[in-house]
Amino acid sequence: MNTRTRALLFLPLGAALAAFLLWGLAGLPDFGSTQGPYARYLARHATAQRHVTNVPTSIVFDYRALDTLGEELILFTCVMGTALLLRSSREAEEQRPSDRPTSAAQRHLVSLLIPVTVLLGLWTISYGYLTPGGGFQGGVVCGAAALMLWAAGGYRDHRALTPTGLVDAAEGLGAAAYIGLGLAVLAAGHAFLANVLPLGSTGTLASGGTIAVLNWATGLEVSAATVLVFHEFLKEYVQTLPGAAED
Amino acid sequence: MAPYPYAVAGVLFVAGLYGIVSSRNYIHMAVCLTVMQSSTYVTLICVGYLNNGQPPITQGAQPGKPLVDPVVQALTLTDVVVSVVVLALVLALALQAHRRTGSVDPDRLRGMRG
Repeated sequence: MNTRTRALLFLPLGAALAAFLLWGLAGLPDFGSTQGPYARYLARHATAQRHVTNVPTSIVFDYRALDTLGEELILFTCVMGTALLLRSSREAEEQRPSDRPTSAAQRHLVSLLIPVTVLLGLWTISYGYLTPGGGFQGGVVCGAAALMLWAAGGYRDHRALTPTGLVDAAEGLGAAAYIGLGLAVLAAGHAFLANVLPLGSTGTLASGGTIAVLNWATGLEVSAATVLVFHEFLKEYVQTLPGAAED
Repeated sequence: MAPYPYAVAGVLFVAGLYGIVSSRNYIHMAVCLTVMQSSTYVTLICVGYLNNGQPPITQGAQPGKPLVDPVVQALTLTDVVVSVVVLALVLALALQAHRRTGSVDPDRLRGMRG
């Protein structure tokens, strides 16, 4: 099928889909006028029940913690899938990477920004259940710091400072801590991933019970997963020179 | 208020779909898929919005004003993660296709070779 037939086929189907969408949209309640029963309930009671002030985080890591486990495992599988797809036919495996020299301005500026980024990521994770943020968001920011290592120092510094064994272990630990906590709660005679730890006082870092633990486990898993995906794609991007690889 | 915010989501979805159908490049196709998926974020956030509402963070919240729907915001987070995962896998497949055939044009990948 060439592009022209494809476009001709798409036009009526696309028009039908657009009409269907418009029909559905017209049947939705007016923008900003209604709220579901769960939203009303959680907005009113989440803080009192779980002692955290960020209601979406209490949903992600407590009320629907099981769904978040699935979400984490999706990310875990994605890292494995990316590695399998890209590693299976990498030809230049035995070559060593070459770094193109970057400008001094870039090196200094990005080196200054790396600690700031790490701090921002850790802050986003640690206050994830009090103010906007959380393990997923902060984890991605921390992972971005590893990419900045590549921009500042080069590929070899990036690989030396984020050793694959350590990052692999961190990713596994994050996912295992999440499941392990759920199983420990189960062994203690409660529901899987139920919030049984002391809830602490609202508005402080020591609040939320298991929400805080799951938040950190997710932060660790997401930052490690991000770094591993960067590793795989950077390996494709970086120019190689003939000669034995260093690691 | 009129359903214009939902229409934004509809436009994003159809535009992304047209991009995928007419795409001649896997990277371009991955970006179009992301555009399509962003329509779901807009839909979810729109569904949860309340007139005169405030963010679902009770720290420093003004008393008396309703909170917008926190459930759909948590769903949007899941949606973003899925979007990133799909993007990473599609880009990995694009790289693989380029390595096998020297092209990222879907039309050049006609024949299957064992």
